[in-house]
Amino acid sequence: MPADVQAHRDALQALPREVGVPKPDPAIVVDSVTRTFGGLTAVNVDHVEFQRNCITGLIGPNGAGKTTLFNLLTGFDKPNGGTWSYDGKPLGRLSSHQVARLGVVRTFQLTKALSKMTVLDNMMLGATGQRGESMFRALLPGSWRAQENGVRSRADELLERFKLDAKRDDFAGTLSGGQRKLLEMARALMSQPKVVMLDEPMAGVNPALTQSLLGHVKDLREQGMTVIFVEHDMDVVHDISDWVVVMAAGKVIAEGPAESISRNREVVDAYLGAHHDAPLTVEEEDKVLAESEALIRAEEAEHEGLMSETKEPL
Amino acid sequence: MDVATILTNSLQAAFGPLAVFYALLALGLNMHFGYAGLLNFGQAGFALLGAYSVAVMSTRYDLPLAVGVVVAIVAAVIFALLLGLPTLRLRADYLAIVTIAAAEILNLVVRSTFATPVTGGTQGISQFSRGFDALAPWDTFKRFDFFGIRYSGKDLWAMTVGWSLVALLCLLTWLLMRSPWGRVLKAIREDEDAARALGKNVYLFKMQALILGGIFGALGGVIYALAVTTAQPDAYQSSLTFFAYTVLILGGSARVLGPVAGAIIFYFLLAFTDNVLNQLTTGTDPILPPEILTPSDAFLLRFILVGLGLMALLVFRPQGIFGDRREVSLDAR
Repeated sequence: MPADVQAHRDALQALPREVGVPKPDPAIVVDSVTRTFGGLTAVNVDHVEFQRNCITGLIGPNGAGKTTLFNLLTGFDKPNGGTWSYDGKPLGRLSSHQVARLGVVRTFQLTKALSKMTVLDNMMLGATGQRGESMFRALLPGSWRAQENGVRSRADELLERFKLDAKRDDFAGTLSGGQRKLLEMARALMSQPKVVMLDEPMAGVNPALTQSLLGHVKDLREQGMTVIFVEHDMDVVHDISDWVVVMAAGKVIAEGPAESISRNREVVDAYLGAHHDAPLTVEEEDKVLAESEALIRAEEAEHEGLMSETKEPL
Repeated sequence: MDVATILTNSLQAAFGPLAVFYALLALGLNMHFGYAGLLNFGQAGFALLGAYSVAVMSTRYDLPLAVGVVVAIVAAVIFALLLGLPTLRLRADYLAIVTIAAAEILNLVVRSTFATPVTGGTQGISQFSRGFDALAPWDTFKRFDFFGIRYSGKDLWAMTVGWSLVALLCLLTWLLMRSPWGRVLKAIREDEDAARALGKNVYLFKMQALILGGIFGALGGVIYALAVTTAQPDAYQSSLTFFAYTVLILGGSARVLGPVAGAIIFYFLLAFTDNVLNQLTTGTDPILPPEILTPSDAFLLRFILVGLGLMALLVFRPQGIFGDRREVSLDAR
């Protein structure tokens, strides 16, 4: 592991385990970002920083706002308010493709393999700054052929690394779910990103492939990229995260190294509900039962009362 | 039955000016729908703009043909911008709604009373192709015979120019689609968000595709108007767009030569069924007497037969004639 990456990881260990703690070298900084859908506040994040050159896991129960936060950070959704920046450059006013061009790329929870294009075309699409993507220059193959060859050889290298080289000329639609995840990650790498945001990279991937995907995610860090990922599998989170940010009901409720998170009372409560771990005694069970029966009786009585009221002549 | 006549008439239609017209419209739709995934239901509007641009420029303003063609292209660009600016950021179906409505509006405007001094109202404009005919290297009033397939010199000239244009636009499409530009366009068709996440300005690419395909359609209108020497609103109704889509799907969408093959086959089949039914129902002792099928019913029956044929095609060969079966069988996910 490069010394630089190690230094960035070590720096995290000394930080206090509290929400919104400033990082020594943040790549992405989020400030009071809110997003509401009607009456529901999906995201309400006061302050959070993501350390450069590290793998940060973003976890939380379903509906915690993790994917919405991803959408906001990458320009796929507009917030109600707040600012966020990458390397000090505010991203708030940028559209999704401009964010990607700055080097912040993402993958999607539901994999977006471009089914009717070959695996190689999927990969080559990922390269940025292609001259042949201008409509007029596209008509002059001489102006982009050299670059195209470069892009192709880079795509081939990545396909080999991700063990997709055998599928090179197949339609992406013929790949398995796990292979699509690999392809999507490899495709994102074609743009030579600085920050990679992975939305549930392991979802629906068989265990054998999970190991290889984990290896690839760690590789990204070794190559100096900042990785932020959403994941539900706690083993995966423990295995690869240098830092974990926990969200629940739109808020960041805890952050710290993975070991500290599983001991965090609030996190456990958010996932499992408060008082989940106190075993019920027989007396307590009887009490709960009696309480609910009393509640039902009270409701029934109320209902009958209402019925008799309505029966009175109008 | 006279099989030779049926065949020569069908072949005449298959390569005639009308087939050129549909090939050009479908080439444009191929750019929109086949490659970029844009649902443009207003191709008739683009064709109308092309036809009326040449007609109005030469009859009302006495300007040379070249000016008319340039105006046609500019009009198509403006129309595409008007359609695309508000809708291309929205979901695909909005473009479909706006394009079909805009084409209807254009049609109503050219046939309206207040526009009659310029557009000729429902009568349209005629007799404006002298400049075009004068360019023909042969006598446009002479008739030409190719192994029994007869064309007037004028039709032959329109066909020569038209098919050359088709070849040129096919070459253009081919060049574009093998470039990185075409790759982005296909990616947008597959999944806009994926293209966006990779830093592609989806809006710009969609706009370029809409403009380009619109210009193809307008050039189709130019060629057709010059071939028939009339620009008349009835020829540019929404059914035109749907026939153009039929041609595209018949030939195979997202294939460079699909629209061309589609247009030729579509017109061959239309003329073929028409001629067969005509021979069956007319003459002194028709095979199908009028009690069973009258000649005027037969004329309508051909559309029913062609429609059934297309249904069969979609059931048994959904990818069209030139499409790739594997591609169609791949679901979006």
